[in-house]
Amino acid sequence: MCTMISHQAKIFGSGKGTAGWFELNAANVTYDHPFHIRLEHALNIDFVNEAAGPGARVAVELTPESARELAHKILATLDQAEGDGWLHEHHEAQE
Amino acid sequence: MYQTDMYEGMVAETITMHGANGDVINAYFARPLGAGPFPGMVLIHHLPGWDEWYREATRKFAHHGYLALSPNLYFREGHGTPEDVAAQVRAAGGVADAQAMGDVEGAMRHLRSLPTCNGKVGVFGTCSGGRQTVLVASRVPGFDAAVDCWGGRVVMSQEDLTEKQPVAPIDYTNDLTCPLLGLFGEEDQAPTLAQVDEHEAALKAHGKTYEFHRYADAGHGFFYYDRPAYRQEQAVDGWQKVFTFLATHLST
Repeated sequence: MCTMISHQAKIFGSGKGTAGWFELNAANVTYDHPFHIRLEHALNIDFVNEAAGPGARVAVELTPESARELAHKILATLDQAEGDGWLHEHHEAQE
Repeated sequence: MYQTDMYEGMVAETITMHGANGDVINAYFARPLGAGPFPGMVLIHHLPGWDEWYREATRKFAHHGYLALSPNLYFREGHGTPEDVAAQVRAAGGVADAQAMGDVEGAMRHLRSLPTCNGKVGVFGTCSGGRQTVLVASRVPGFDAAVDCWGGRVVMSQEDLTEKQPVAPIDYTNDLTCPLLGLFGEEDQAPTLAQVDEHEAALKAHGKTYEFHRYADAGHGFFYYDRPAYRQEQAVDGWQKVFTFLATHLST
């Protein structure tokens, strides 16, 4: 049954969907029924542009273990990039 | 029972109908050809959306002699593939109970208005649709039979209640207006067997007509042939129980 466990991150970036690249403005993170992975529940991330309709979506469905691994690797990558002085670039991208 | 020398035919198509608040929404309608009269069935789709499985299930009910109508409960969320629309609803924590009940009531009224309807209408739902089935059979007068397949969150703790789901369906048990069939997998996490037992105890306590079946070696969604949860033996038996139950309560 649906868990209704859902969180949303407001994000800025680009995603590549079925119709090509589009601007992202949110990532919906749920632990609920997936559509494809052979699990009853999965950690689902939908990168979306809410203003562009339901089809503006890049979807991933992950096992809980791989989702944690991904989260750790994202943070580790950002920490390293920050340590090396690279993160000032993102301010330019958002302008 | 179908015999090989019988005529058989059906029409299945998208229609529009009035749902909650009088909104026009779309629905998938499958009906046997002929004057009938046929009983009606409203199908409440699951959280994964108004998808191919539900279209097939709608035609299955028509094949068995029902005017079968499956309203698109996610109509207001915009249009796209069923998965994309359902993902949006999943992120939003589902649709509000009041809106879903209004849409299902609209479907029931639509069916009952048809000249081919025998005047009896049942409701069937799986997953979130199973929960909504229990809810609508308790809150909306006019149903003659209800089939809840593994609906979780019928039993809810205070922490589970949300603005969209403000009351646990079990709390409306005294208001249940029609016989209820429940099919559950013993390995399901939601509803757990303990929650199924709690619901059954409430039905007993209020003197309701119900029939619950718990299937061994089955979890959540054991009818879904396209998911790993599918269990052939249990699904075949479950469908038989559904149509036996409906024949008992919706025939005239």
